Amino acid sequence: MAIQIRLENFSGPLDLLLHLIKSHEMDICDIRIVEITEQYLTIIEQMQQLDLDIAGEFLLMAANLIHIKSRMLLPVSDDLVEEEEDPRAELVKRLLEYQRYKDIAGLFQQLPQLERDVFPGRFQLSDCCIEGQEEDEVIIGIYQLADAFHRLLKDKPAEVFHEVIRESLSVDDFINQIIDKLLQKKRLSFRQVFSSEFHRGELIVTFLATLELVRMQVVSIDQVNDFSEIWLTLMVPAEQLSGLSTEKGLLEYG
Amino acid sequence: MDNLSQLVEAFIFASDTPLSLDRLSVLLEQPKAQLRPIVEQLQLQYGVGDRGFYLAEVAGGYQFRTVVELAPWLRKLRKDRAPRFSVAALETLAIIAYRQPATRAEIEYLRGVDSGGVMRTLLEKNLLRILGKKDAPGRPLIYGTSRQFLELFGLRDLTDLPTLKEFAALDPQLITADPLTPDSVEVL
Repeated sequence: MAIQIRLENFSGPLDLLLHLIKSHEMDICDIRIVEITEQYLTIIEQMQQLDLDIAGEFLLMAANLIHIKSRMLLPVSDDLVEEEEDPRAELVKRLLEYQRYKDIAGLFQQLPQLERDVFPGRFQLSDCCIEGQEEDEVIIGIYQLADAFHRLLKDKPAEVFHEVIRESLSVDDFINQIIDKLLQKKRLSFRQVFSSEFHRGELIVTFLATLELVRMQVVSIDQVNDFSEIWLTLMVPAEQLSGLSTEKGLLEYG
Repeated sequence: MDNLSQLVEAFIFASDTPLSLDRLSVLLEQPKAQLRPIVEQLQLQYGVGDRGFYLAEVAGGYQFRTVVELAPWLRKLRKDRAPRFSVAALETLAIIAYRQPATRAEIEYLRGVDSGGVMRTLLEKNLLRILGKKDAPGRPLIYGTSRQFLELFGLRDLTDLPTLKEFAALDPQLITADPLTPDSVEVL
């Protein structure tokens, strides 16, 4: 017997199951699992082409039913009888719970609802009167706060513009950087001076700084063989380095 | 009717939301003990009778509300149609009302379906409140019902809801579904 069922009428797989159980006049606590599973799967097949997202939850329940069915088919060994729980137990518990909240939902539907069945006195002040009115007893929750902020952000779209920052790379700073490194290590390879993270501008300024250091005879450059590593060595004792960067306000290469 | 009684009546009449005794006490600078008999007197005067409205006790306060029987007529007064709640929304409200504080995962387990969208709508309508975060892995948000929820259904407080035991009495089979100690509903 094929049952024509529209899934939209059910708020979820539990709802559908309850419907099937009732329409087959079964006791929730003693579900004929084989029959129900069969019915349920037929319906799932019918709705195969429906919304995947909804179907996902219905499929999960289908898998659950099949699992229970297979467990029911397993022979129960005599020693384990006491520990063995009815495979349907959890499902029954969930169904009964769900049934209860579904009934309460029905009760809510019947309760007199504000603005539907009962109406409070409502006064709408014209705008002029609201002015200067004290806003007291405003109760909002975290959600309202977050939502308001979210809306604020949405109303104010991210400003898309390209800011061009003129980076002023000072040879001075790079000289100091190189000296700092040299103070730690005394000797640096050319590669170590030029960090791989540097972009073009920084590479250029670093190079200028190196040249400047050589010109000031603070650093010596040597190379053992052609194409071998170039080494920078600090020539001046640390104490004399302090007054070094004074004369070079001139050296702003931008 | 003395002056104070008139004032209480006027305040309740003119207020947008139900006025609690606490609030009246602040507004009128009078102790609650003095106001309570006045409100009770007003409730008798404006009881459900032949008037078109009565003094209702909702959400911990007092409000004049029209009599339910007149609803079909009064709906004509409102331009926008009465809000209708989907089955999903009512189920979700029911679960949260009785199980609060509840996490989204708990609600979804009980309903067997994703409930994010429904909960969002209910939050937007101020019927739910975020109560905080649960001290559990992932620190999920925990939800409860709001004062507006009580106002919507004309409940004095959460204890005004039928207890699950009373509810189960209507359908004996449901008594067995009681593993979750839901009777300990927190009072707002």
